[in-house]
Amino acid sequence: MTQKFTGTENYVSTEDLTLAVNAAMTLGRPLLIKGEPGTGKTQLAEEVARSINAPLFRWHIKSTTKAQQGLYEYDAVSRLRDSQLGDDRVQDIANYIIKGKLWEAFDCDETAVVLIDEIDKADIEFPNDLLLEIDKMEFHVYETRETIAAKHRPLVIITSNNEKELPDAFLRRCFFHYIRFPDHDTMQQIVDVHFPGLKKNLLDAALKVFFEMREVPGLKKKPSTSELLDWIKLLLAEDIPADALQSDDKNSIIPKLHGALLKNEQDVHLFERLVFLNRRK
Amino acid sequence: MLIDLLYRLRKAEVPVSITEYLAMLDGINAGVGGYSVDDFYHFARIALVKDERHYDRFDQVFGDYINGIQNLFDDIIGEIPEEWLRAEAERLFTDEEKASIEAMGGWDEIMETLRKRLEEQKKRHQGGSKWVGTGGTSPYGAYGYNPAGVRIGQKTGRQGRAMKVWDKREYKNLDDQRELGTRNFKMALRKLRRFAREGAQDQLDLNDTINATARNAGLLDIKMIAERRNAIKVLLLFDVGGSMDYHVQNSEALFSAARSEFKHLEYYYFHNFIYEKLWKDNRRRHNETISTVEFIRTYGKDYRIIFVGDATMSPFEITTAGGSVEHWNEESGVTWINRILTKFPHAVWLNPESQTHWQRVPSIKITHQLLDERMFPLTVEGIGNAISALQKKH
Repeated sequence: MTQKFTGTENYVSTEDLTLAVNAAMTLGRPLLIKGEPGTGKTQLAEEVARSINAPLFRWHIKSTTKAQQGLYEYDAVSRLRDSQLGDDRVQDIANYIIKGKLWEAFDCDETAVVLIDEIDKADIEFPNDLLLEIDKMEFHVYETRETIAAKHRPLVIITSNNEKELPDAFLRRCFFHYIRFPDHDTMQQIVDVHFPGLKKNLLDAALKVFFEMREVPGLKKKPSTSELLDWIKLLLAEDIPADALQSDDKNSIIPKLHGALLKNEQDVHLFERLVFLNRRK
Repeated sequence: MLIDLLYRLRKAEVPVSITEYLAMLDGINAGVGGYSVDDFYHFARIALVKDERHYDRFDQVFGDYINGIQNLFDDIIGEIPEEWLRAEAERLFTDEEKASIEAMGGWDEIMETLRKRLEEQKKRHQGGSKWVGTGGTSPYGAYGYNPAGVRIGQKTGRQGRAMKVWDKREYKNLDDQRELGTRNFKMALRKLRRFAREGAQDQLDLNDTINATARNAGLLDIKMIAERRNAIKVLLLFDVGGSMDYHVQNSEALFSAARSEFKHLEYYYFHNFIYEKLWKDNRRRHNETISTVEFIRTYGKDYRIIFVGDATMSPFEITTAGGSVEHWNEESGVTWINRILTKFPHAVWLNPESQTHWQRVPSIKITHQLLDERMFPLTVEGIGNAISALQKKH
């Protein structure tokens, strides 16, 4: 593949993330992405697909998802019903094989992007069941006795929130990248991309409040990028001036519309208490 | 040369296998890593490290490794003939820079001083304004800022910053040997989940129904199954007050993590060590208590027990009757904890005190032995180990 991913007009990709995506693309290995919630892991697959003009197959994983469902499913229930109704289709078992996301991606005539979202939500055996499939990019259909191999090795992007440890055998076959929480400059770029023309002083004030809030010790859930973007959206919608965000404002103890940033009432209490103590000093 | 990096990583307990090493070579072959040290660093990390908890260790090893190579260059500079440096300088320096060399007394003078410095200086040097090394403002050495500087031992062009990515050690907090917040505790505790089907059969078992129906020659035969639930049961026993006050934050984080992770969770408090009474509410600890005998009777032996305490006290508080600091205890702490451990074989002790202190505190050693060496530090890694100990069959 000659195309290279470099980030898009609405996704800021850091140097190391870009390198990770391109390495995975060149070598045809799956890329495992981890990071704090809200740092754009899922978004990445969508933006990569858009930037290299490839079709994207999303496979969202739940606790009940089985690896087999990504390959194909044998719809025994409809076959049973059809057999009782005397339908002709029942003779050919292929009529009851339903293709999964991976099969669809393997069938694609161009290089596709496959997103396996939140792999850690699935059962502990899930990654192990996919070892051969993502290594060789092929699988066997027992019912029809055929082997499906990928026409072009798709770029597989896997996201994980670290809820379960992934097996070593699976990890060995992947490239791994951890999306670090953006620093001040990167965050400024991200906000610029989402809210072009945002007033400089409002942005500065908002970022200052945001990073200070992340520094507060003992928060149960630190605000993340997506929460910052929501908050700025609210600030803009309410047309709140930048100076209202300065913490020396006597009237508001905690920043306006903090509900977008702090998602837990204990955190709000803790924050209020700390701000109050600070003020007394 | 790269094999050395592999072995150093393994020595630093970063789990790297041959597969990953070959994948890295593959990538270098395909030109993915690029040709700068920074790109190589990022690519090597993508290919070799599969867990952000190992990023920090990787950074340290990589820094060491690259510095080692840098040192090789430093070692041979003494042997570089002066003419080479001079020719290189003619090519590299702009007219302006050459003018400032003149200002410093001319080329020959600089080289003369350099020779002297090299003789005086034996070991590698970084920063500062006199010695030969990297990152300084002395006219000699690499990555320098003196326009009249002589570049020594710098292989590629200037990167523009002295502090390398791996020197920053930004991932220090992700290493699992450090203590961390609620979320990491939750993740660690989650490993204890064990799903089992228990209780009323209230769900349709689709696969079994299809199987049974097919065997029944197509006549519907419905099979039911019980819902899959997390069947693990946990009892948390917290030490409160006294020396535990320093560890309130970690204990709190563990408590809130455990509360959201386990459906069957009960908790009790004790002070310093287990005696005949436990309580649930610290404000009413003198009025509303439960006797330890009743506690042992109440819960089934499938409960897992997690003690949380620093186990830091006088050894007599554990070993002798009447040793408690708060009241007169008829029987010793050892007797009581043994009663609990006999009833509940799955038990661990989490200690917020740093593991390096354990050997020095007699009461910790005693407790550690009482629990059959199942005391673990209250860190993410420690909880992980504690959880595996709890899962072992007895």
